[in-house]
Amino acid sequence: MAASPVAIIAALVVIGLILGPVAALLGLGGDLPAPGPAEWLALRFTLLQAALSASLSVALAIPTARALARRRFAGRRLLITLLGAPFILPTIVAILGLLAVFGQNGALNAALAPLGWRLNIYGLHGVVLAHVFFNLPLATRMILQGWLAIPGERLRLAAGMDLSPAMVMRTLEVPMLARVVPGALAVIFVICLSSFAVALTLGGGPRATTLELAIYQALRFDFDVARAITVALMQLGLAMAAGAVSLAFARGAGFGAGLDRTVPRWDAASPWLRAQDAACIAAAALFLLAPLAMIAAKGAGTLAAQDPTLWRAAAHSLIVATVSTALTLAWALALANRAGEWVALAGIALSPLVLGMGLFLILRPFVSPLAVALPVTALANALAALPFAVRILRPEAQTVREDYARLAQALNLSPAVWLRRVLLPRLRRPLGFAAGLTAALSMGDLGVIALFADPDRATLPLYVYRLMGAYRMDEAAGAALFLLLLCLGLFWLLDRGGRTDADA
Amino acid sequence: MKALVFAAGLVTASAALAETPVLTVYAPDYFVSEWGPGPGIEAAFEAQCACDLQFKPGDLLPRLLLEGPQTQADVVIGLYTDVTRKARASGLFAPHGQDLAALTLPISWSDDTFLPFDWSYVSLVYDETRLPVPPASFEALADAPEDVKVILQDPRSSESGLALVLWVKAVYGDRAGEIWQRLAPHVLTVTKGWSEAYGLFTDGEAPMVLSFSTSPAYHIAAEGDTTKKAAIFDEGHYAYVELAAKVSGTDQPELADAFMAFILSPAFQGLIPETNWSYPAALPRDAWPQVFRDLPEPAKAIFLDEETAAGLRDEAIEEWRQALSQ
Repeated sequence: MAASPVAIIAALVVIGLILGPVAALLGLGGDLPAPGPAEWLALRFTLLQAALSASLSVALAIPTARALARRRFAGRRLLITLLGAPFILPTIVAILGLLAVFGQNGALNAALAPLGWRLNIYGLHGVVLAHVFFNLPLATRMILQGWLAIPGERLRLAAGMDLSPAMVMRTLEVPMLARVVPGALAVIFVICLSSFAVALTLGGGPRATTLELAIYQALRFDFDVARAITVALMQLGLAMAAGAVSLAFARGAGFGAGLDRTVPRWDAASPWLRAQDAACIAAAALFLLAPLAMIAAKGAGTLAAQDPTLWRAAAHSLIVATVSTALTLAWALALANRAGEWVALAGIALSPLVLGMGLFLILRPFVSPLAVALPVTALANALAALPFAVRILRPEAQTVREDYARLAQALNLSPAVWLRRVLLPRLRRPLGFAAGLTAALSMGDLGVIALFADPDRATLPLYVYRLMGAYRMDEAAGAALFLLLLCLGLFWLLDRGGRTDADA
Repeated sequence: MKALVFAAGLVTASAALAETPVLTVYAPDYFVSEWGPGPGIEAAFEAQCACDLQFKPGDLLPRLLLEGPQTQADVVIGLYTDVTRKARASGLFAPHGQDLAALTLPISWSDDTFLPFDWSYVSLVYDETRLPVPPASFEALADAPEDVKVILQDPRSSESGLALVLWVKAVYGDRAGEIWQRLAPHVLTVTKGWSEAYGLFTDGEAPMVLSFSTSPAYHIAAEGDTTKKAAIFDEGHYAYVELAAKVSGTDQPELADAFMAFILSPAFQGLIPETNWSYPAALPRDAWPQVFRDLPEPAKAIFLDEETAAGLRDEAIEEWRQALSQ
C-alpha cells in the first residue's frame, strides 16, 4: 500500500520535531567534536546494557505472555493492568521501590539473612534487573497482544487436527512471534539506550555511565552544546540502526481474518503445561508487584495527609495526559506502517534534554517558554509515547488492511467511512491499550517540564521531586503512591474501554 | 450603567497591573517550591518594593547561556561557587554593588559580582542507629570495615557530587586518586542527584550519604529525629556557598539592585535556615534558630577559588571516575 499523504505528514512532523531541536542547538554550538574515549566507553556500556535488558525482557515475556494467553483465572484482568505499572512509574519512585526489595536493606536481603546469604544488587546485573522490571510488562503486553490476535478459528482447527502443543507452537505461535518480537525488542532496546538515573544508581557508580549521562553532563554542567549534540547523534544513530535491523527481521504474514472469538486452548490442558504457566505467572507477578507493594506500603501513611496543591498538580498532569493521548493516537494511526514504525522510534531515541532545550530555543523568539510549559510537555510526552503506540497498533492495523482492503476497494469506501466503519472498530483493543499506556506514561513522566517548569504549573511527578528536594521524603512517598494510583486508574480505564467494546 | 462602571473598573485595574514593574528572578526548582524559601521571600520583598517578583524555576546557567543577552532575567539566584568562572566569562552579569561587611561566611568573600545568600558544609550525613562511630576523616572511612557504606552523587551530574571530589582533591592533592581507590569499596552507589541519594539513605539503604552539615537540622526541627548527624572530618569541610547575581542586561536595574540589597537583609536571611535548611550568609550566629546553633561544626572551612577549582575539576572527576570504575 502506498504511503498516504497523512502518513507522510505525520512522519515529517516527527522528523521535524527531532531535527528542529538538534538544528537549533547546533546553531549555538559550532563544529561537532569527534567522540573522545569517555564517550566510546559510555557507548559500549550503553549498548551492552540495552542489548541485555531488551533480550532478557523479551525472553522472559514470551512464556509470561503465553501463560496469560492460555489461561483464564480470577484476577487475570487486574493482574494484567497492574503489570503495566512499572513501566509508567517516575524513575526516582521506581528506583526507591526496586531497592526496597533488592537493595542492601531490602526485603529480599532480609529474607536471605537467616541463611547467611547476601545479595548485592549494584552492578550490570542490577541495571539489567531494573530495566527488565520496567520493560518486562511492556514486552508481555505486546506479545500477549500478538497471541490474542491469533484467530480462534485457527486454534479450533489445530485442536480439530489434534496438534500437539509443540506443533501448535510451530505452526501458529512461532510465526506470530516472528512478527511481534523484533519490534518489541527494538522499542525496548531504544528505551534502554536513554537510561541514565536508573543505570547509574543500580549500576553502582561510574562503571555504569551511559550516553545520556554524557549528554546531561555536556549540556547542564559544561554547557558544551556541540559535545552534547555529538553524543545525542550517537544515541540517535544507534536507535535508528536498531530499528532498521528489527524491521528487516520482522517478517511473516498474518493468519487471515477471523471472527474475533475466544476459544478454549485445548492444546494446553495438560497438568504439566498448567503448572508451567502457573509458575510463569506467579514468578512474573511476584517480581513485578513486590516493588509496587513496597511503594504502596511506604506511601500509604501519608497518602491522605497531602497538601491541597497536590490536586492542582494532579489536574495539570491529567490535562497533559489527555492532550498527549489524543495526539499520540492520531499520530500513531497515521504512522501504523513499516516506515512509520521506524520513524516513530526516533521519538524516544533523542535525548529528552536535547529535545527540551532545542524546543526552548525554537519557541523563545515567539512566546515565553514558561507560558507554554504544559503544551510543550504534552507534545514531548506524545512524541515519547509514539513508538509504543505505533508498535501496539501496527500489527493489527496491518492485518485489517490486508484482510479488508480488497473489500473496501470493491465497495469503494471513502477514507472516512473506512476509518469509522472498518479500521477503528477492529482496532479498539490495541487502541485502548495504546491510549492507556500513553496516558499513564505521560502522567508519570517528568519529561521536559523540569526544564520549563513554572512554579504554578507543576505536574504530579515534578511535585514528587520537589517534595523530595525539600527533604519531605515521607510526603513524597504518599504523593508518589497517589501518582501511581492515578496512572493505574487511567491506564485501566482506557485499556478496559478498548476491550469491553471489542469483546461485545 | 453598572456594566459601564464595572468595565471602567476593569480597565483601571488592568492599567494598574500593567504599571506594576515585574522583577524576574531565575532560581532552582527547590528554591521556588512551596516548601523552599521562594514564597516567603516573594511576599517579603513585594511588601516593600511595589513590584511583582516572579520566580522562574529551572536550570540557571544553561538557560541563561542559551538565552544570552536577550534573557528576561533581572536577577539569578542559586548559582554556586563552582560555576562562577563560567558565569563570569559569559559577561552576562553586572556588579552587585553591595557592602559585603554584613557577610557571616566562614571564608572571606570579596567578589563584586556574585553575592552569597546561604551556605553549608558539604558533609557525609550518617544514621547514628546504624553507625554508632562515624569516621572522622576520609582516611578513617577508607580504613573502616567494608560494611560502612556511603551513597554519593555523581560529580558529572550533581553540584554536591562535584563539591565532594573538589573537597577530596583540595585535601589530598596528588594522593586524591589513591584515596578514592581506598574509598571505592565503601561507595555503595552513586546517584544522578541529591534527592535519589538522600531518599535511599532515609530508606535505610546505606548508613551514610553525601549531603550537607545542616541536613540534620531538618530532621531535628521538622521530625524531632536526632539520629541523623553530619560526620565532622578533622581535615576540614568544603564550604558550599550559594550565590545571587544581577543580570547586566536587566530592564529593571533599580529593582534588581533593591533585591540584591534585600538578599543581605535580616528579613531575607531569617527565612533561609528553616526553608533551605542551610546557614544564612549574612546573619550573626545568635540570630540563627537554636537548632542551627546547636549543630556541630568543623574546625576548618575549605574553599577553592574559582580559578583553582576550574583547574582541578577535570582531573578530580577523572580520578574519581577511574577509581570507582574498577
